[in-house]
Amino acid sequence: MPLLTASDVTIERGDRRLLADVNLTVSAGEIWQLVGANGVGKTSLMRALAGLARLGVEGQIERQAELLYLGHASALKPSLNAMENLRCHPACDVMASDDDIERALAAVSLAGHEERPVGALSAGQQRRVALARLLVSSARLWLLDEPFTALDSSGCDWLDEQIQQHVEAGGGLIFTSHQPSRFGSRQIDLELARFAC
Amino acid sequence: MPASESNLTLHGAFARQFSRHARAIIRSPAEVANPLLFFFMVITLFPLGLGPDPQRLAEMAPGILWVVALLSSLMVSGKLFASDYEDGSLEQLAIAPFPLAVLALGEVSAYWLATGFLLALASPIFALMLGLPATGIFTLMVSLLLGTTCLTLIGAVGSALTVSIRRGGMLLSLLIIPLNVPVLIFGTTAVSEAVMGGNATSWLALMGALALGSLAVMPVAIGAALRVSLDQ
Repeated sequence: MPLLTASDVTIERGDRRLLADVNLTVSAGEIWQLVGANGVGKTSLMRALAGLARLGVEGQIERQAELLYLGHASALKPSLNAMENLRCHPACDVMASDDDIERALAAVSLAGHEERPVGALSAGQQRRVALARLLVSSARLWLLDEPFTALDSSGCDWLDEQIQQHVEAGGGLIFTSHQPSRFGSRQIDLELARFAC
Repeated sequence: MPASESNLTLHGAFARQFSRHARAIIRSPAEVANPLLFFFMVITLFPLGLGPDPQRLAEMAPGILWVVALLSSLMVSGKLFASDYEDGSLEQLAIAPFPLAVLALGEVSAYWLATGFLLALASPIFALMLGLPATGIFTLMVSLLLGTTCLTLIGAVGSALTVSIRRGGMLLSLLIIPLNVPVLIFGTTAVSEAVMGGNATSWLALMGALALGSLAVMPVAIGAALRVSLDQ
């Protein structure tokens, strides 16, 4: 059974049609990359797929799996430390133990930063805290909007590895990135969807 | 792929959301101090503006205390979901596998404890500053406990509707002040009745009914308003 199916999705913003007739089916073990220039509608499509944008969205979007969405904003409270941000993350469907969270933070090279307020961390470290959610969530479908932003090369390698493990374990992924695909993912060029308008 | 499966109940999700915002508020004491400081400053201005006649101040105290409580609630309402909208937390709330109304209620509860509840606890000090007779102080506290519940929930609906609008403060005031008027009338009347030796219980019962009704209806409205704002 597919994790997500989008059929004939059309997105309009005001009187402007951004995308037309986007079709994709994400099955277990699949990685899809949305590509296109800035402003083409990658984030709008991601938000529509996540169920966040409904106004101006036509077509059918069906999700058959729990969802983990990581947008441009990391959804972290600057006054809370990394442990608290992960323990109390609003979208997480599991009550992660402190041990799990410490392991997740160690995996993103933030061991020793558990008790520091997130506001005191660098942008790259904050992104790593946000990405540590991947390890404490049971969601099978990941929607990651520009997940490599602000990451150094070791962070990008770590994320590559997590994505590979996720899809090998039966998960699915849609992500946006301006970098060339690193996993042999299937691509949707949104420039073509725009030309269809 | 993590091995753990979903193990969080609805109560757990509510408690987690409450805890997240309670911790954030504790780490930013200004969130708690500002409404109380505002209340204190405005109350101290009234004797300067109206004159120091204790009799006159005592007569006007119920109305003054309740109007200032309404204004301080209005001040807090504008900021209720602003940081969540900016840092992306609202998006995460909206896609969480739990009703948005319940999660929003968890957040609003934390705000109410830090503002309305503390205001009700501190209200005897402000009442004494205006010379409110002792017979009205208990009723003032109870009416503020019930009334700020309504004010916070109504304010949360307004905040949820205007969170995506830049400089939406004026629109927020226009939206929620008319809805706050019944609470203001019932609260002021309850305290006045208690001061005059009348029966304040019926007014407090009305406020209790309003608070329960708000608790039942407003979270759904907050959730719907947040979805509309996220869709902009």
